[in-house]
Amino acid sequence: MNKLSTPIKPWPLRRPSAFLALAAVAWLALYQLLIPASEVLVASLPVDRASHLGGALQFFFYDTPKVLMLLTGVVFVMGMINSYFTPERTRALLAGRTEGVANVMAASLGVVTPFCSCSAVPLFIGFVQAGVPLGVTFSFLISAPMVNEVALTLLFGLFGWKVALLYLGLGLCVAIVAGWVIGRLKMEAYLEDWVRDMPRTSAAFEASGMALADRVQGGFNAVRDIVGKVWPYILAGIALGALIHGYVPEDFMASFMGKDAWWSVPLAVVMGVPMYTNAAGVIPIVQALLAKGAALGTVLAFMMSVIALSLPEMIILRKVLKVRLIATFVAVVASGILLVGYVFNTVL
Amino acid sequence: MDIKVLGTGCANCKNTIALIDQVSKSHGVSITLQKVEDLRDIMGYGIMSTPGVVIDGKVVHAGGVPSRDTVEQWFVAAGAA
Repeated sequence: MNKLSTPIKPWPLRRPSAFLALAAVAWLALYQLLIPASEVLVASLPVDRASHLGGALQFFFYDTPKVLMLLTGVVFVMGMINSYFTPERTRALLAGRTEGVANVMAASLGVVTPFCSCSAVPLFIGFVQAGVPLGVTFSFLISAPMVNEVALTLLFGLFGWKVALLYLGLGLCVAIVAGWVIGRLKMEAYLEDWVRDMPRTSAAFEASGMALADRVQGGFNAVRDIVGKVWPYILAGIALGALIHGYVPEDFMASFMGKDAWWSVPLAVVMGVPMYTNAAGVIPIVQALLAKGAALGTVLAFMMSVIALSLPEMIILRKVLKVRLIATFVAVVASGILLVGYVFNTVL
Repeated sequence: MDIKVLGTGCANCKNTIALIDQVSKSHGVSITLQKVEDLRDIMGYGIMSTPGVVIDGKVVHAGGVPSRDTVEQWFVAAGAA
């Protein structure tokens, strides 16, 4: 693949708006076909549709393409939206603001600003250096991994829009409040000395004009990166869900992750911390737990703690934060997650 | 050419190094490839998202694995200069 001549652009990049319109129509049409197609597929197999196996197969044949289609669609759109919110631009938007509204902005920007998890520390330093208040920086850092497009799409695809929306709202609340509390505690002294002593940088940002074709390209890249990486987890998770759907008795988990066990929420948070995975890895587990009768609040608390409070991330943060600030960060975020768990279990 | 890849060591950083190495060989450009892992040094270049790429002291890329086309353009530009 040695391209020395100017490569010819594929047509989606030459006619981006036509491509987007056509892709949206094709996507919707295909999506409508999923239920009939899965039924036809099961009917063509020598399996009784009303049996356990028939139910499990139909679930698998319907859910797999549904979740993959949703994920591809959402990741593509988010890839395009992400191209408007580079980390540099986000920093410029947040620099020099006072706390309060800025925490809300930071948590929301965390949802749409792209960065790879190993950039969390450089991003942190970059924000602090440019004068973004510490608490606001934390609001951003908490919401970015916890509330992301993969988590929201999977929750929507597997549990419906109410759960997805609740997760979005509560995730933002935890990020906003935890960041605000950390800001109130005035812990700037607990940044590592070399971080505090770094020269201030300006948050100047030059807007680079980007054509629609470039944003479409960004969407393609995001799909290749994210969907390419997470599809095996999703397939495994749905297969597990299908089995549970067909076979496992409903209240298997209820005794120890149900609403009645008050200690189940803190236990779920503590269990979540040493696990290191992303939303795509944890949601199949969540699905299995829920299907077996665990309470939604307990399971969401588990999910949030896996994503927002991982031990490896603490170790990386130790390079820039002193122990006391890390401990405060963990305590504040864990309290927020506990509260979410209890509120959910009480309300639902 | 003196190329530095800035990053704390995740998969994306390793992929970036491998890609640069591969493309430079296929173009027959001789380079010194160096990895910068220390956070202080990385921040010194003023980037916030890794992996970043620095060629002869200038940041040419940040935030993700560069596309193959992008990497090829660096070497084509260097060959012309």
